[in-house]
Amino acid sequence: MVKKQPVSFKLNGTDVDVLVEPRELLIHTLRERLQHTGPHIGCETSHCGACTVDLNGMSVKSCTVLTVQCRDAEVLTVEGLEQGGTLHALQEGFTQAHGLQCGFCTPGMITRAYRLLKENPSPSEEEIRYWMAGNLCRCTGYQNIVKAVQYAANKMSLARTGT
Amino acid sequence: MIPREFEYHAPKSIPDALGLLQQFGDEAKLLAGGHSLLPMMKLRFAQPGHLIDLGGIGELKGIREANGTLRIGAMTTENEIIWSKLLQDKCPLLVEGARLIADPQVRYKGTIGGDLSHGDPGNDHPALMLVLGASFVLKSSSGERVVPSDGFFLGSYTTLLQPGEIMTEIRIPVPAPNTGYSYSKLKRKVGDYATAAAAVTLRMKGESVQDVAIALTNVGARVLKARAAEDSLRGKTMNDAAIAEAARLAMSICDPAADQRGDAEYKVAMAGEMTQRALRTARSRAGR
Repeated sequence: MVKKQPVSFKLNGTDVDVLVEPRELLIHTLRERLQHTGPHIGCETSHCGACTVDLNGMSVKSCTVLTVQCRDAEVLTVEGLEQGGTLHALQEGFTQAHGLQCGFCTPGMITRAYRLLKENPSPSEEEIRYWMAGNLCRCTGYQNIVKAVQYAANKMSLARTGT
Repeated sequence: MIPREFEYHAPKSIPDALGLLQQFGDEAKLLAGGHSLLPMMKLRFAQPGHLIDLGGIGELKGIREANGTLRIGAMTTENEIIWSKLLQDKCPLLVEGARLIADPQVRYKGTIGGDLSHGDPGNDHPALMLVLGASFVLKSSSGERVVPSDGFFLGSYTTLLQPGEIMTEIRIPVPAPNTGYSYSKLKRKVGDYATAAAAVTLRMKGESVQDVAIALTNVGARVLKARAAEDSLRGKTMNDAAIAEAARLAMSICDPAADQRGDAEYKVAMAGEMTQRALRTARSRAGR
């Protein structure tokens, strides 16, 4: 039995400590040890994006990251987006634009779009499609997901300019 | 899917990583971005006893230019390449190629050094390196050597990298400003490996080809340099007949394995088509 290692990181702004085998994947730590079940296990082969979380300012597939790689990291999951009872503009966008049907891909979609809008606050439709291409949805045909991201981009832009 | 048990090491410097590599020998694997190795470990195709994570070694990252050479740290990620103003300006082929690799999340983690060291014939950087005339810095505890990219790739998952060596840097001579370029990649979907792809760099002198380099992805056990196709174009006017002949010669060296992307005949035909497209695009971008 390989010795477990202590790993400390910030999860949605809160310090957490876990004791894990080196082979433990971040998605399992989040879901099974830390009860953050927003990130979903979809394909387990880094194709579908359902397990996407934000790790040190990068969108990553948490099924392909080891928890021991997250020492002192800042991890954000969909649970960390709502603030004081108010939904994030992206969460609002996905409800307003009907950006989901079954909802399985949604936490990954929203977490990915969160980083996309940090990097590019007013993306074109083409840029949204290109930079969201690591997240698969089997229900919507993507049209309303694009609209949801555009809704959030517009809302966040208006909030910035104060108009 | 969970990998078999292993010990994890996170060295903070290249000498520390080399020391661990020497200590654990065959039992150790280097972890770069992890998006080839970790999936292989989850499927139990790879079962290293020790994983040496290069992610904490700052000196393996970064993109700079010195004396007409671009120097890219081996742990530089695909998204860092895509977002590099220096590369967009000096070596847009590398940016074009990186944009066609995997998907956004994978590109945050996947590294150029990992892509090259892995020796997977489906990886895209080898063809880009061959047409750019790149060389690689390989470090070991007994020193370092610089090897040309042409000759580095030996076969499926085999390269010139010796046990105990780490690829630390990629060196690319800055292409002349008028160099035409293209990476044409056919894939079934975002995130897939190429069914076939062709990388081209091209320098024109008036209407004739001064120099050209062509390399093919995923149509053999390793990346292929299409030398006869290159020779057929040098000094010639690049018209439709010359492009078709170059594509025919490129197709003649392909030896792909049939898989769910298609049978061998189809893949060879697509390698020809990608060669034609890449040559045409490179010609349209080349200064006269």
